[in-house]
Amino acid sequence: MSALTVQSLYKIFGRRADEAVRRLADGRPRAEALAGLPATAAVIDASFEVRPGEIFVVMGLSGSGKSTLIRMLNGLLRPTRGSVRVDGVELTTLKPAALRKLRREKISMVFQHFALMPHRTVVENAGYALEVAGLPRADRRERAMDALRMVGLTEWADNLPHDLSGGMRQRVGLARALAAGTEILLMDEAFSALDPLIRREIQDQLLELQAELGKTIIFITHDLNEAMRLGDRIAVMRDGRIVQIGTAEEILTDPANDYVAQFVADVDRTRILTAASVMEKPQQVLDVNAGPRVAAKALRESQTSVVYVTGPMKKFLGTVTEDEVLRALREGRPHLDGYVSTERVRTVTADTSVADLFADCAQSQHPVAVLDGHDRLIGVIPRITLLSALAAATPDEPAPDQDQAELVARKGEPA
Amino acid sequence: MSLTRSPLDSWLPRVPLGAWTEAAVDWATATLGPFFDGVAAVVEALVRPLDDLLNGVPAVVVVLLLAGLGWWLRGWKFALGTAVGLGLVAGMPYWEETMSTLAQVLVASTLALLMAIPLGVLVAENKRASAVARPVLDLMQTMPAFVYLIPAIFFFGIGTVPGVLATLVFSMPPGVRLTELGLRQVDKEIVQAAESFGAPPWMVLLRTKLPLALPTIMTGVNQVIMLALSMVVIAGMVGAGGLGDVIMFALSQVEVGSGFEGGIAVVILAVVLDRLTDSAGDRFPSARAQRLAREAA
Repeated sequence: MSALTVQSLYKIFGRRADEAVRRLADGRPRAEALAGLPATAAVIDASFEVRPGEIFVVMGLSGSGKSTLIRMLNGLLRPTRGSVRVDGVELTTLKPAALRKLRREKISMVFQHFALMPHRTVVENAGYALEVAGLPRADRRERAMDALRMVGLTEWADNLPHDLSGGMRQRVGLARALAAGTEILLMDEAFSALDPLIRREIQDQLLELQAELGKTIIFITHDLNEAMRLGDRIAVMRDGRIVQIGTAEEILTDPANDYVAQFVADVDRTRILTAASVMEKPQQVLDVNAGPRVAAKALRESQTSVVYVTGPMKKFLGTVTEDEVLRALREGRPHLDGYVSTERVRTVTADTSVADLFADCAQSQHPVAVLDGHDRLIGVIPRITLLSALAAATPDEPAPDQDQAELVARKGEPA
Repeated sequence: MSLTRSPLDSWLPRVPLGAWTEAAVDWATATLGPFFDGVAAVVEALVRPLDDLLNGVPAVVVVLLLAGLGWWLRGWKFALGTAVGLGLVAGMPYWEETMSTLAQVLVASTLALLMAIPLGVLVAENKRASAVARPVLDLMQTMPAFVYLIPAIFFFGIGTVPGVLATLVFSMPPGVRLTELGLRQVDKEIVQAAESFGAPPWMVLLRTKLPLALPTIMTGVNQVIMLALSMVVIAGMVGAGGLGDVIMFALSQVEVGSGFEGGIAVVILAVVLDRLTDSAGDRFPSARAQRLAREAA
């Protein structure tokens, strides 16, 4: 059972929409398919299901159609073709009055620029949905105050939105949606207008609230970090089409096409994060002249299955696994020399950007080895470290450890 | 009607637009007579008592009332200016005419706004209505002001009523336009927010769009009143009374003195009304909130 199902959804602006849909149906890029037609395609053949209680992120650059898509999910825009079902109800064929009822009862929305009414106080804004639903004033205020309590703004209840900072205003926007009491929350670039520190804070708050309330959230963003941080699953949009749907890990490690790969790369090159900034201390490093017994002891003590081996001048040679150590023991060799393999480990230099680490991380069976200018081993990068760093860290704002732990707990081990 | 039409132009058809207009006005006078009589009675019933009231109380009372209003809306400096300006008018021989003009302006602009604001809402909400209204408004606004006086005389004869009605037509367009503009300028995201919570159209209009459009609509109110004042003087030509009569008489007799006195009275009245309506718009909570938001940005 899904909370929201979208099937082959199209939105064409302009004339001759049917012709446009017909031409787009075979999957050609929209610029090519619509050449000469007086129509623009904002959303093309979008299909996905959102499960109850998950945060489903739609990520894409501006012009990718994500804002149009989200506005079709509550009928603010009428789809040209396709189906949107909320709780089993087909939304596209609803009469206006029935559509309004559905919005009141099932779906609320948080907007990019907050969209608070400047002439109403904070509590009046928070209680707007209840006012629309026709609740008496006193009940309205009580429930609006409950919602404000959730976002920590009760003492501002009787101020005008103008008195609040951007982050606080968006918390009012969130409270307004929560006060409505709907199962589904649409969030359209909800945190994009906030500065990075505030954004982090309100993301945390959303995750906390979500852990408590278990809403079904559809979150639109152009920010990869935000998508990775919030999304249980992520849909990547490009030029009106959804090009990949998957968990953060799936999208990072197995991009569906060059675009997704590039998107991941592009976003992260700008982040300046390097291998050196995310690497960890290697747990077991042995000289190539060490015997297999030493290696076996080291493996046992560290509870790992791999030893990093260095040669003269601490040059990195490769790895030795449990199996190879066992083999060396059986064959009675005095040294690890001859058992060292470079096949199962990738090496990168310390200044490799995080964006360039994904491929290496994905292909490396063991944590990637980070080498300095003289090929000396200075650190390793397990995949989980890379993912945590990606989601949690931005250059001007080093990630506190607890966030990484949280993220690991949320996502589990990568495949 | 040029007598020396070039032979090259002889193929152009003669368009007797003037004759058609006359025919239409004749027809309207004949068939819609009772309707016009009714309209005239209503306007008369509005202007006369107001005129009597304004002229019935001592000038000092009017001056103090307007100065008090100015104090409340704008502060003591403006109140003082109002008192001095209107005091000057009261000291000139045309106080009675000034009050008649004020009565006409108030009635004409109130009626104009009662039509203009709903019409503005209609054209803001409906693209087709907007497409129809736009050229009509252009026509109403650009037609030389006193052309309106001619059919007005036909329908209503000479006097205050044709003057007020011609004024009404002339001053209405900015009321419609600025209402439309104000509504269209309301932040789309805020409107979508209201809609996304399931608010029906009337609720979005009354509780979201109109309050947020109010400052612009008040600018429209101000413009309507200013245009009405300028037109009321022209309406003096059809014997509407008030300062228009004074100025027309001064013009025909080439009397510089009384012409200037009438003119100054109009100016003072205009400045007072302009400033008062201008600041009235700022007193709404929505206007204050938006101004604060702008200052903060």
